[in-house]
Amino acid sequence: MPTFVRTDKCDGCKGQDKTACMYICPHDLMKLDKDGSETGHAMKSYNQEPEQCWECYSCIKICPQNAIEARPYADIVPLGASVQPLRGTDSIMWTIKFRNGTMKRFKFPIRTTPEGSIDPYGGKPAADINKIAENGFFVEANGYRTGDPSELIAK
Amino acid sequence: MAEFGKPDVVEEEVDILIIGGGMAACGTGYEIGPWLDAAKAQGVDIKVKLVDKAAMDRSGAVAQGLSAINTYIGSEQDPADYTRMVSNDLMGITRDDLAYDLGRHVDESVHLFEEWGLPIWKMDENGERHDGSKGMTPLKDGGKPVRSGKWQIMINGESYKWIVAEAAKKALGTDRIQERVFIVKLVNDKNDKNRIAGAVGFSTRDHQLFVYKCKAALLVAGGCVNIFRPRSVGEGQGRAWYPVWNAGSTYAMAAEAGAELTMMENRFVPTRFKDGYGPVGAWFLLFKSQATNAFGEVYMVRNKDMLEDYPPYGLAKVPASCLRNHLMLKEMREGRGPIWMDTVTALANLRETLSPREVKHLEAEAWEDFLDMCIGQCGIWAGENIEPEKKNSELMPTEPYLLGSHSGCCGIWASGPTDVGAPTSEEHAEKDKIPSHLPEGWNWGYRGMTTVQGLFTAGDGVGASGHKFSSGSHAEGRMCAKSMVKFVMDNKDWKPELDTDVDTLMEEIYRPVRNYLEHKDYTTAIDVNPHYITPRMLQFRLQKIMDEYVAGVATYYTTNEHMLALAEQKLEMLKEDALKMRAKDLHELLRAWENYHRILTAEAHMKHIQFREESRYPGFYYRMDKNFVDEENWHCFVNSVYDKTTKTWNCFKRAHKDLVDKSKLFK
Repeated sequence: MPTFVRTDKCDGCKGQDKTACMYICPHDLMKLDKDGSETGHAMKSYNQEPEQCWECYSCIKICPQNAIEARPYADIVPLGASVQPLRGTDSIMWTIKFRNGTMKRFKFPIRTTPEGSIDPYGGKPAADINKIAENGFFVEANGYRTGDPSELIAK
Repeated sequence: MAEFGKPDVVEEEVDILIIGGGMAACGTGYEIGPWLDAAKAQGVDIKVKLVDKAAMDRSGAVAQGLSAINTYIGSEQDPADYTRMVSNDLMGITRDDLAYDLGRHVDESVHLFEEWGLPIWKMDENGERHDGSKGMTPLKDGGKPVRSGKWQIMINGESYKWIVAEAAKKALGTDRIQERVFIVKLVNDKNDKNRIAGAVGFSTRDHQLFVYKCKAALLVAGGCVNIFRPRSVGEGQGRAWYPVWNAGSTYAMAAEAGAELTMMENRFVPTRFKDGYGPVGAWFLLFKSQATNAFGEVYMVRNKDMLEDYPPYGLAKVPASCLRNHLMLKEMREGRGPIWMDTVTALANLRETLSPREVKHLEAEAWEDFLDMCIGQCGIWAGENIEPEKKNSELMPTEPYLLGSHSGCCGIWASGPTDVGAPTSEEHAEKDKIPSHLPEGWNWGYRGMTTVQGLFTAGDGVGASGHKFSSGSHAEGRMCAKSMVKFVMDNKDWKPELDTDVDTLMEEIYRPVRNYLEHKDYTTAIDVNPHYITPRMLQFRLQKIMDEYVAGVATYYTTNEHMLALAEQKLEMLKEDALKMRAKDLHELLRAWENYHRILTAEAHMKHIQFREESRYPGFYYRMDKNFVDEENWHCFVNSVYDKTTKTWNCFKRAHKDLVDKSKLFK
């Protein structure tokens, strides 16, 4: 299901030197065609290596113009289906269109805290250098499982 | 002015270099902050840099999201139980010290994920499931997770990586993070070839070569995908089960730096929904679905006797993953395919006891399982008009994958904990064959350190363990944060010196660019040229060799010593030809180096299978000339070291020892 970019929607992230899709693609697939020499569409991005696309949808989810979609793999899947998300700050909406026209919509939570709100060390203790070679981490989150010592048969 | 092939050189000296940006790297990035402060208070100011070839928000194996956290011990289970499960699933040859240590630490990370905002499903007092947005009691305060299996808990995990990366990025700060730089090579120390002194890589965006010097490096660049010819060879090639960007960089760079590898013969061949590789765990464990042959016969029942061929691993309540494949492959080989996941019956059974509201929720759960982590499978279901309550879906074993964090245990030999009874010496018949410069026993000072001084690893990098998954990889990264800080404090006056000068490194790294620029005008067609090979064609060559000779899907996962001997010759020539790869742009230079890493990883895999004269993982691969599990001679680790000057491998045995009682699995 490689991604494709719609010419009517992509604005090349308004002429910044790096588009959102280029920024996010884990496999370096999305590319901005600055002068149109590669696609015939200047200042729009494209998937430069579709057969390497993991269809992780990272570019689709991040695109500010909703200009990126996915077309199921041509060498495997019958034509006509689509799976398209709309990712918000706390949930994601999915629209699934079947080849036979059946539609399904789902909405799932994606996080319980506001985006960007993590305070990594807020309210957490300092590390105790005397414990650097001991088990456990700098902060205890009630998750350390000591274990039954009698289970360790070689000790 | 820098240009293609003539980059600017950016040199930087740090104390700790983190190579990778996935779950393990994020664990290190988070945990390390307070320890840096503590070290500073002792007068040791430690400089850290994290280098990721992608963007941390969506890098590594969790980029797409996950629908479950597969390792959560919970207060009701013991790390020893987890250790037993890991051991049995991997046919008895795992390091109990590593699994046990992970088991006692992993929940700490899961509790942080929930605090940061990851929605974790909960079970209420009536046994009804709720998604993670309902504000119910957190796990750390006794909230009950929804167990899809003994060790797995369900989550709404679309933003799992995004959340974990946010914490790591804030903890480290942007000055300590360098994205879109692909580290391709570790550099040993000039005065001690068994020590790390730095690493080198290039920007995939600008004409810049990055040369880092460091006292300690954490190598966490994932597992290895696409060394075998995938079942989909056209546009669908990228729809690998594990992320296609995992190129074996961890294993290849460690091997070239002289680190001891372990269990590189191990592989994982997951049985997944056909073509999309959608997850089956929730279907088997949560929805209680069964897999059948074409005639509706459950192969785990029909072929149950075959489990008795592999005592004790086949006799546990949950037989090893490879043996479940073994029973399924019999049906396929004997013409009783296709294999079906009977989703129709499973959902019908569940409907009998559920209210209409719960049924609707159930349907959403089934789709979310894919949408959170394998969206492509939804595309296949939609394209083939499959609604799971009306139509069953095909299952298929995939092409082989190499990894150390899922149901696989290949990787690097890493130093374990000292308090669980692990051996500190070597006691077995062939101990003299272990190269003398390598440490004895299972711990040699710093948790997570490889046999190369200053080189650490976690997640997919740590071999002979497995089943850490996302949460365990994060926890392992956190352990390394502490031990690397300690290592640097203990070595604060030591100065790294690279054993190779920068010009030589640049020559080597940009060789594919030179190959291209020097020869591109020789022919009219850019991709057909006798003076170079494209990374893409080189990858096809690698995949063909591995598929046809090293037990890929073409031979139903079978090989023998004669086929391996041929593979050996072909891989040697392929490795020579890797020097002739071309790169027409920075993107192709990325692919060239990824594929170089793939070749070395593939070679390690082949050499280990050749050395281990048995078939330890029936269902994952069969050496037909040694088609048995030989507990007497091969209940041991197979380890290896690579000599980068002679380009040769040296395989040897290390003794296995149980640190927890495995007989409890069978009581």
